[in-house]
Amino acid sequence: MNRINKKLQEDKKLLSIYFTAGYPTLNDTVSVIQNLEKSGVDMIEIGLPFSDPLADGPTIQASSTQALKNGMTTEVLFNQLKDIRQSVSIPLIIMGYFNPMLQYGVEAFCKKCQEIGVDGLIIPDLPVDVYNEEYKATFEKYGLINVFLITPQTSVERINFIDSISNGFIYMVSSASVTGSQSGFGDEQTKYFKRIADMNLKNPQVIGFGISDNTTFTQATQYAKGAIIGSAFIKHLSTKPVHSINDFVNFIVK
Amino acid sequence: MNYNVNEKGYYGEFGGAFIPEMLYPNVEELRQNYLKVMAEPEFQKEFNQLLKDYVGRPSPLYLAKRLSEKYNTKIYLKREDLNHTGAHKINNTVGQILMAKRLGKTRIIAETGAGQHGVATATVCALMGLECIVYMGEIDIARQAPNVARMKMLGATVVPALSGSRTLKDATNEAIRDWINNPVNTHYIIGSAIGPHPYPDMVTRFQAIISEEIKWQLKEHEGRENPDYVVACIGGGSNAAGTYYHYLHEPDVNIIAVEAAGLGVDSGESAATSVLGKEGVIHGCKTLLMQTPDGQITEPYSISAGLDYPGVGPMHAHLAKTGRAEFMSITDDQAMKAGLELCKLEGIIPAIESSHALAIFEQKTFKPNDVVVVSLSGRGDKDLQNYIEYFKI
Ligand SMILES: Cc1ncc(COP(=O)(O)O)c(C=O)c1O
Repeated sequence: MNRINKKLQEDKKLLSIYFTAGYPTLNDTVSVIQNLEKSGVDMIEIGLPFSDPLADGPTIQASSTQALKNGMTTEVLFNQLKDIRQSVSIPLIIMGYFNPMLQYGVEAFCKKCQEIGVDGLIIPDLPVDVYNEEYKATFEKYGLINVFLITPQTSVERINFIDSISNGFIYMVSSASVTGSQSGFGDEQTKYFKRIADMNLKNPQVIGFGISDNTTFTQATQYAKGAIIGSAFIKHLSTKPVHSINDFVNFIVK
Repeated sequence: MNYNVNEKGYYGEFGGAFIPEMLYPNVEELRQNYLKVMAEPEFQKEFNQLLKDYVGRPSPLYLAKRLSEKYNTKIYLKREDLNHTGAHKINNTVGQILMAKRLGKTRIIAETGAGQHGVATATVCALMGLECIVYMGEIDIARQAPNVARMKMLGATVVPALSGSRTLKDATNEAIRDWINNPVNTHYIIGSAIGPHPYPDMVTRFQAIISEEIKWQLKEHEGRENPDYVVACIGGGSNAAGTYYHYLHEPDVNIIAVEAAGLGVDSGESAATSVLGKEGVIHGCKTLLMQTPDGQITEPYSISAGLDYPGVGPMHAHLAKTGRAEFMSITDDQAMKAGLELCKLEGIIPAIESSHALAIFEQKTFKPNDVVVVSLSGRGDKDLQNYIEYFKI
């Protein structure tokens, strides 16, 4: 069974952390992953940096720009992760934009992910229908879970369709926004969280965007299986050493 | 061969809507409505009325006699430079502002490079009393001060794009992010035939007035609707799309697309996307774009800010791939020379973008009987500083 599916079966609320590969320095990728696992995080999204990250706010943009300056590429990332399964067993997801993947070759990319032991992918600008028609078979051939996003504006019909072609979890974007631009959840968001929870979808939901502390984490996981933190973690990494990741995680889950 | 968009939003293998889910409701709303709205008689009436009374259409089709003599062929200029605000960009912004109103939007966003599209958007927002926010790269804001001032006078808010390379592509990213953050009340007026479906097709249809007019104007001049060549410069490709539109399926009409070679196609400082680009995804669209082998989008260069885009609209990628259009690249120097030549021979100061299209006559020989229609996409007022510096005037 895919590590993501196994993790989702555990009877607990999941904390997933996003970080940008090659940030703050090029060779931090592996030690960030190891420290996240050691700190008790449940899932990791490894951000493959892109020059034009449309769905990201200033924090992740800046980390991507820095990572690219540091020399990060798809090839470099795959090399860094080559032996990652010798030291960690946590579910690993690569999150990146479609163009770098397209240039690497979608099949070659998926194959490499399988060799390394990557469990899933999140590609925000690969549309649901294109995935379904052109790439689903390839992802499945290499045992990869593809994770789709939904937002407060996504129609019920479309959510049901996305649920039907998902095989891991659904990434619930907390509000209409790019990453990192929230401070706390209001009524409207909790109503949306509840509305989705009440749909009793086949796939569990994990909420992301705007989760930055214990309060927002607790609010989100009251309605969903887990929550994803990105920008807040990148901010932590930008000023604190990698071995202090534990402090960040303790601050979130208390 | 079909050169128009198909029902899935593709031109051959190019196009589509590679957008994050956050944009889906907006883009889908537009996709479901744009053709219906454009077909409404009321919409058509209002659009055509504004093009006539406000923009000043039809723009003349002018037989450039002295230029024709010099190159021993028959050259007509389609005078988009005479439009209100000085370029073809206004055809699209008039169309899109009416579309936005039909869709009940109250807030307009746009990206701009040189500022021409920003000015054209600010203009129609003032006309309709809608809020207008224009994203512009920090570097472009510094380079294009007069257009920044124009936008402000017209009531727009100009927001500097501070990310990435701080030019047009980053301004486009910022506009897209704004749209993600404001999914209900906002319409994004894209300024060229780029972006996710249905934008390339919608922009093309609004610009198609250019070739619609050429047809009957040429009939008056020459007794025939079809020229032997239509020529246009390509940034994202909106003036070109409009100039070609009604000729795409007329095999006796040759299509020439002119890209900016910058300092030279192989110099590393160029914007000749059809030569240097590879298939990829930029701003929600699968097309040809300039990128590293690793798929990072690179920064193009041209003396002309309006041609300085790392991609090309999907229609043009398809025209290049199928060979329907002949693609030529023109350097900074060749364009500047052709611009000055038009001043001297015809008394017209062209935009530097348009000068690229004019420069082909030094590169390619036409027959004396050939009728060549060139899109003079804009006037040179905005480029005066560039001309002054280049020619040490
Ligand atoms: C006068 C003029 N011509 C051409 C262009 C290039 O745009 P497009 O390729 O969309 O026509 C611009 C863009 O700013 C422009 O201002």
